[in-house]
Amino acid sequence: MDVQRKLAILADAAKYDASCASSGTEKRDSRDGKGLGSTAPGMGICHSYAPDGRCISLLKVLLTNACAYDCLYCVNRASSNVPRARFTVDEVVQLTLDFYRRNYIEGLFLSSGIIRSADYTMEQIVEVARRLREEHHFRGYIHLKTIPEADDALIAKAGRYADRLSINIEVPEETSLAQLAPEKNVRAIRRTMGRLRLKLDEATEAKKAPTRTKPPRFAPAGQSTQMIVGADAATDQTILDTSANLYGSYNLKRVYYSAFSPIPDSSRALPLQAPPLVREHRLYQADWLMRFYGFEAGEIIDPAAGMLSLEIDPKLAWALRHRERFPLDVNRASREELLRIPGFGRKAVDRIIDTRRNSAIRSSDLAKLHIPRNKALPFIVLPDHRPPAYQLDGARLAERFRPKAQQLGFGF
Amino acid sequence: MHRIRLDSDTDFDGWRKAARELVLADVAPADITWSVTGDEPELFDAAGLSPDAGAFAETAAPFTHFTQSPSPAQTFNVPARFVELAQLAILHRDPQRFAYLYQLLWRLRANPELMQVATDPDVARLSAMAKAVRRDEHKMHAFVRFREIGREPKSRYVAWFEPEHHIVELAAPFFARRFADMEWSILTPDVCAHWDGHRVAITPGVTKAMAPSEDRLEQTWLTYYASIFNPARLKTKAMQAEMPKKYWRNLPEAALIKPLIEHAERKAHAMVAAEATAPRKPQRQEQPMTRAKPKADTLAHLREEAKDCRACDLWKDATQTVFGEGPQHATVMLVGEQPGDKEDLAGKPFVGPAGQMLDRALAEAGVDRSKTYVTNAVKHFKFVPRGKIRLHQKPNTPEIKACRQWYERELAAVQPLLVVAMGATAAQSVLGKVTPINANRGHLIDRDDGPQVLVTVHPSYLLRLPDAEAKEREYARFVDDLKIVAAHLRKADVA
Ligand code: SF4
Repeated sequence: MDVQRKLAILADAAKYDASCASSGTEKRDSRDGKGLGSTAPGMGICHSYAPDGRCISLLKVLLTNACAYDCLYCVNRASSNVPRARFTVDEVVQLTLDFYRRNYIEGLFLSSGIIRSADYTMEQIVEVARRLREEHHFRGYIHLKTIPEADDALIAKAGRYADRLSINIEVPEETSLAQLAPEKNVRAIRRTMGRLRLKLDEATEAKKAPTRTKPPRFAPAGQSTQMIVGADAATDQTILDTSANLYGSYNLKRVYYSAFSPIPDSSRALPLQAPPLVREHRLYQADWLMRFYGFEAGEIIDPAAGMLSLEIDPKLAWALRHRERFPLDVNRASREELLRIPGFGRKAVDRIIDTRRNSAIRSSDLAKLHIPRNKALPFIVLPDHRPPAYQLDGARLAERFRPKAQQLGFGF
Repeated sequence: MHRIRLDSDTDFDGWRKAARELVLADVAPADITWSVTGDEPELFDAAGLSPDAGAFAETAAPFTHFTQSPSPAQTFNVPARFVELAQLAILHRDPQRFAYLYQLLWRLRANPELMQVATDPDVARLSAMAKAVRRDEHKMHAFVRFREIGREPKSRYVAWFEPEHHIVELAAPFFARRFADMEWSILTPDVCAHWDGHRVAITPGVTKAMAPSEDRLEQTWLTYYASIFNPARLKTKAMQAEMPKKYWRNLPEAALIKPLIEHAERKAHAMVAAEATAPRKPQRQEQPMTRAKPKADTLAHLREEAKDCRACDLWKDATQTVFGEGPQHATVMLVGEQPGDKEDLAGKPFVGPAGQMLDRALAEAGVDRSKTYVTNAVKHFKFVPRGKIRLHQKPNTPEIKACRQWYERELAAVQPLLVVAMGATAAQSVLGKVTPINANRGHLIDRDDGPQVLVTVHPSYLLRLPDAEAKEREYARFVDDLKIVAAHLRKADVA
């Protein structure tokens, strides 16, 4: 089979993994002229976008889509009838370098079906990264999928070459995983995450300590995971609780939510209808509220519903349930309070705090701060604006934010 | 009217020099027109800045050249933020940018705080321009597509790009850092950047015909682009927001967008409509959560069995069961409260800060830890997540009771002569009832139904003590308690 045919199969097999970004690593470049590539600590670069709206920043492929496991939600499961292929280590290395030189990509995201054993599979994955780094002096971004229960030495090696390691939690609850992926074990996945965290902590500690020897390098962009949404009956509350636990326990950089997607040749045990993509979007918004806006996992969702509203964003929904905290005076409120106002982003809050020292914020300034007026005005007080009391108390307020009666254009 | 002509579209130094002298000479913004060498000056009158700027243009003075550098007395300070903003905004393609910048500079003299005011119209306008420049630079980093001329290792890489603003020189160092070992050129209609392995050279702009039109890898890249796209998730608006159409004509993969979208709906429908396939081989049976009890409890058996314990809810949020560790027939069994953060991650008891405290105290008391069996009353870490940390929670009585089976079976397997219960939770589990520590510590408690017991504090109690003096005193007491263990062991050895 030629490389192009393999690429078609093995990229197709990898497209369901959402945990693909190229940000947050250390700074490197190839200015010394010996190697190829660079990374910057800030944002990764999306080199293209696919019509599914997703960023293409890495060559995202599987080493092989043959897999011994039979996870029902997965297109590569042992019982699936998809065509199979397997890259050689060299083929992936060459493809990465060739794509990189043309500026198509930032680096490589390599995953694999589990073949022979966890150790054998992990060894192959690590070997690709080793060759890129040691033989080709590649300094671009490398993200490797960690195989649960692979040998500790292999994991340490993976962390030496990779920028990021990830291991997918798959579904939020152990019971679902037992049904959907009988060979997978949440405990093993969590144990591996725990091992990664210890190694990440060690590397951070070593960096802080004043020694002359270089600290052991271990995945400077940290670890991440993916959770599939909608393949089981878990509520959004369960999902957020799991995320909060994962962030706290394993210091993950990101939890990715991937709406279960219909796959060719799907199993009878699964819903054929995908969950609405907007559910995934709302989960990302809720996740942001936890990580950057000071919200706790337990306060984002209406306890009576257990699910995020599909119609309005989680912060607005929270504000509507907590009207007693509003209106807030934009020129006086604390940073924490400002962050809870619907429509107020982090950057806008920073600018407000800078600006109001010198000049009061007025309603005509909202546009300059990129704050949507309609969303924010009912909740704020400005020198030239105060929402009428009946508005904030009234039942019509929530109505005003609901999308006009129309079919949502999501799903199909 | 002052007419200032700058050397190039990106001549920040020229602008700065001129602007400084104009401000010092008290020349109002409306009295200046800015232009760039080679451009038509009429295009750049200060129209719109001031209602009567046009009138002055008629009687404009010849172009002013500022060649003499100002004396130190003729300088003044501007906020660093302004300089950063100006260096970016000057790269914007808007012909009025020099005038806008001058106007802000002019106002900054009277109000040095102005840069702080994000809502000021001049600050907002220039910030938006700087942002557009940054975005265009970022898009250039992303969307430049090199095409190979010749074959490695002798190949050259050449790209054609059409930037929206004057960003080629701004963006070039990124490519030099990234592709240091290859020779490359980025050709644009404005200027071109070339890298020879040592430095970036800038040459005048060229036409698209000068750039290569194909590359041997392009088809492979298109294959990748088509394969990584999931037809069940069409979101074309999101795509266009990030990859605006103006960039499409120089992106080889953009030719695929239309056909991919057209086929997407059909493909997705087909997937859903297709019959689900029956598995090729029988599904494996789910493993039972708790296996049948083996007859003889060896520690190895117990450890395996405890991995799947669900006797209380604590297993749910924790990483793993942290079981006891040590020789199968240790003389002394040390029992703590529950694993902490580190223990939970590592799967071993007493490896975190409390464990280090324990190690130190044991060594000081003369007890060899490797000869003891170390475990916890409760085998799972109980905590609440708070952002990036986990706050330790005390296990409650039902949890202690649920977990006691493991302690009892460990005890039966190890058969120690002495059990040391550290802390109230351990004492409750070991002695089977709530037992205050202070009233009972410092002596061996004889029991008919098992080994002797010694109660003492938990090492993490020592870690939590706020003042150094109390810490030292309590630590010494703890070591004293452990010395009882040492003495006991010596006696047992002699016997
Ligand atoms: S804490 Fe003890 S009883 Fe509760 S699940 Fe864990 S091992 Fe079982």
